Amino acid sequence: MEFSNINIIDVLPGMFLVTASLVATLSIAIKRNHKLIFGVTTISLLGVFLFLIFYATNHKFNVEPLFIIDGFGTFITGLLVMSSLAVSLLSYAYFEQREERKEEYYILLLLATLGSAMLVISKHFVSLFLGLEILSISLYSMVAYLRKRPRSDEAGLKYLILAAFSSAFLLFGMALVYATTGSMDFGGIAAYLSGINKLPLSMLAGFGLMVVGIGFKLGVVPFHMWTPDVYEGAPAPVTAFIATISKGGMIVLIVRFFEQIDGFKYPALVLTFTVISIASMFVGNFLAIRQDNVKRVLAYSSIAHMGYVLVAFIAGGELGTEAVSFYLVAYFLTNIGAFGVISILSDHDRDAERIEDYKGLFWRHPKIATVFTAMLLSLAGIPLTSGFVGKFYLIASGVNSGTWLLVVMLALNSVIGLYYYIKIIATMFDKAEGSETLALRPRLYLINLITLVVLSMLMIFYGIYPQGLIDRIREFLQ
Amino acid sequence: MILLLFIVILMVAGVVAWIVAEKTASIARWISLIALAVNLALVIYLWSTQPTEENAPQWIARYVVPWIPSFGISFSLAMDGLSLLMLLLTFFLGIFAVLISWNEIQERVGFYHFNLLWVLAGITGVFLTMDLFLFYFFWEVMLIPMYFLIGIWGHENRRYAAYKFFIFTQASGLLMLLAILGLFFIHGGQTGTFTFDYFQLLDTEMSVDTARWLMLGFLAAFIVKLPVVPFHTWLPDAHSQAPTAGSLILAGLLLKTGAYGLIRFVLPLFPSAAIEIAPWAMLFGVIGILYGASLAFSQTDLKRLVAYTSVSHMGFVILGVFAFNEIAMQGVVMQMITHGISTGALFILAGVLYERIHTRDITQMGGFWKKVPFMGTIGLVFVLASLGLPGLGNFVAEFLTLIGTWPVSPMLTILATIGVVFATAYSLRIMQKVFLGETSSDKFLPDLSLREKFILIPLVAAIIWLGLFPQTVINTVRQVVADPFTTEQIISSDIEKEDGVQ
Repeated sequence: MEFSNINIIDVLPGMFLVTASLVATLSIAIKRNHKLIFGVTTISLLGVFLFLIFYATNHKFNVEPLFIIDGFGTFITGLLVMSSLAVSLLSYAYFEQREERKEEYYILLLLATLGSAMLVISKHFVSLFLGLEILSISLYSMVAYLRKRPRSDEAGLKYLILAAFSSAFLLFGMALVYATTGSMDFGGIAAYLSGINKLPLSMLAGFGLMVVGIGFKLGVVPFHMWTPDVYEGAPAPVTAFIATISKGGMIVLIVRFFEQIDGFKYPALVLTFTVISIASMFVGNFLAIRQDNVKRVLAYSSIAHMGYVLVAFIAGGELGTEAVSFYLVAYFLTNIGAFGVISILSDHDRDAERIEDYKGLFWRHPKIATVFTAMLLSLAGIPLTSGFVGKFYLIASGVNSGTWLLVVMLALNSVIGLYYYIKIIATMFDKAEGSETLALRPRLYLINLITLVVLSMLMIFYGIYPQGLIDRIREFLQ
Repeated sequence: MILLLFIVILMVAGVVAWIVAEKTASIARWISLIALAVNLALVIYLWSTQPTEENAPQWIARYVVPWIPSFGISFSLAMDGLSLLMLLLTFFLGIFAVLISWNEIQERVGFYHFNLLWVLAGITGVFLTMDLFLFYFFWEVMLIPMYFLIGIWGHENRRYAAYKFFIFTQASGLLMLLAILGLFFIHGGQTGTFTFDYFQLLDTEMSVDTARWLMLGFLAAFIVKLPVVPFHTWLPDAHSQAPTAGSLILAGLLLKTGAYGLIRFVLPLFPSAAIEIAPWAMLFGVIGILYGASLAFSQTDLKRLVAYTSVSHMGFVILGVFAFNEIAMQGVVMQMITHGISTGALFILAGVLYERIHTRDITQMGGFWKKVPFMGTIGLVFVLASLGLPGLGNFVAEFLTLIGTWPVSPMLTILATIGVVFATAYSLRIMQKVFLGETSSDKFLPDLSLREKFILIPLVAAIIWLGLFPQTVINTVRQVVADPFTTEQIISSDIEKEDGVQ
């Protein structure tokens, strides 16, 4: 292994995140200051993003044997970092209202972002697993961060046990693949596979076990059981993080892995993902209808949305990758926006998760309600929002590759999905009666409002004028 | 440019109305009114400049800018005679929708007018766009505001009605989106140009099977909107629960987008598949006519009754569209306009009555003629229009449609004519139950106010004018209905099919 010829500037984003978390740790040792840590976090995330824009855009290279830094990776890393920035902006006000020690949260946030960013650029099982574990371990503590809330603890524990369990599956799957191919490098596995016609049983078993680990992280059916509980128990900004950044990294990884080993030529694998995709759509949407907790609704809806993304993943090809990239941008914007609304409305007793909390919101906080309506419409895929263009992209990639079954299922599920999104919207437009005494009394921070407004502006901008983003994506993917 | 203006004026006015209404509500009403009046003036101006000679170009105005070039999507608008008439109807009824809400809507006035104007903007877009992606886009844009109009300002069962409306139209719309995408990729695969442009997609060649599936996708969206029995169940709920202006727009305009879609997209894009399905479509049209009429007769809720008459009247539209000849098509266009006016007016009357007596139940009405003779007279005009009395617009429409369908299928034409007899029954029942008969209560009932007269008298004038001088309308759309549906083209597509068989 040759590490000597790596230019330090090339791996700067990762270094930057590590350094930032170290600086944050040290500064806590000296003096606790929420504002300072928050500042360090946002500045470092912004710094990484600017670096990616100005320097890394046209740099493509490998860090043998672990990382591949290409346009796709850079684009998604930028997306992850910006999303992390948005989450940390939303977190500030959220944690400011709570008694717990706030500062360590940002260290975890930075590390989790680092883990996810590592997944995006991995081309080796080792870096994959390291990235995944950095992400997961940070998330365990983030989920359980509000220690005084029993449900937060419960969610953390649940996540810990199940994630560890699924990691074991993943690890065993990797071991089987390694035992067969003798390689842990994606390229090496691809080279081995191109020499044989049929998947040997051990490989199939290995891939199958890996699917369990991957499926858990994505929260797709039948590995979705943790999603609603964890979404519900975790603090709202952390839920935003889990819904977006932690899933996004994994999607990119499987897209990369599949492209490299050309997984589309194995009917067993394609069938597996097809079944997972369809099951996720239906289970997610049907269970979402039955919820009256907004966080749980969004949890089930995210299960369905992962099913949608898999449509483009299965379609594959250039258009498929483009569609995944675009959809991730739209999905990130929308979900962070939606959970942002939840976190902005939460007060220090509990999160604004009950459907009654939203009753008449439109007449109490018209701006927040408008943002939430826009986000929900985007999740439902209604025109003028980027969610619509994203869904259109997915359907287009599916139609292009002729996977009609999946496309029709996607369309059908969009309709089912509408039902519960509209239910929330309708609740917000209802007249609020009585129950004023039970209402949450959140303190509204300007920084939150600005973040939400920016997110919704972007969300609508990409819905009306997606060409700019499409061009960017194509430029990166070349 | 002027085409873009139609949409922009409405959208901007909607936003402005929303913002200013926070201070003074009545300004929002005036802004909406002025925006629609300006649009109406613009359409009339375009109409007056439309060349009338035989060989004039079909397209009166055109506006194209690229929107998402990487998908071949452009912001492409075009107007021909059909779009022009539809826009005329849109803005004409739009003005009355604002006026009729003047006193009825007192809550959240700004947001109401925002929704009202955006629904109209969506409809305007649907009638103008020549890009299939944009078409789907506008198709959806008109949906959300309508959902809010029903869901927030509707009557007691509004949430259920709004849900049902939304989910029916959205589900069918998504099927259309799939079909649009299918067409897009087939055309792209054949020619190498991936585009959503209507005029280019017209030349797409498809196998019989593909064409059939894709057409069904389009058809799904349009027959739900129209609506054709058995996809009509959203309509009575939505119409009866919506506020008066909502019912007016639903009946007067939204249903017409379905008919417009059939004429603009289904027939030209899939001529041979359309011919194949025509007998079935016509059959369902006739079923709709009879079924709608008989249900209308048995309703006691005035708005529900009028809603079912819409189902019946729209049966004529699908009957005429699939007869494939110019006379029937002229009848269809006429029906779209006259139904918009007459049914819209009946909904306005129902709303006016509701404002006064707070019920829509016709068993609690009766003998109103003595108290409100002016309203009664106007009611009589529209009831007569609805039953197809000669001299009023609806007669011309139904007559032309029936003449056109006779050579195609005498049997169905006879059945449809029986539907007209049914119409007489349910229409006269409205008159009997509401205005004639026993006086139901001694409560004071004021006659139409000046504002209400200002709404209804132009509608009366329009329906009489259409009945007496239908030629103007016929001339305006002649090229549209004659061009894509000339017998020549249909015969040639028949020949192609036979060639394929050989």
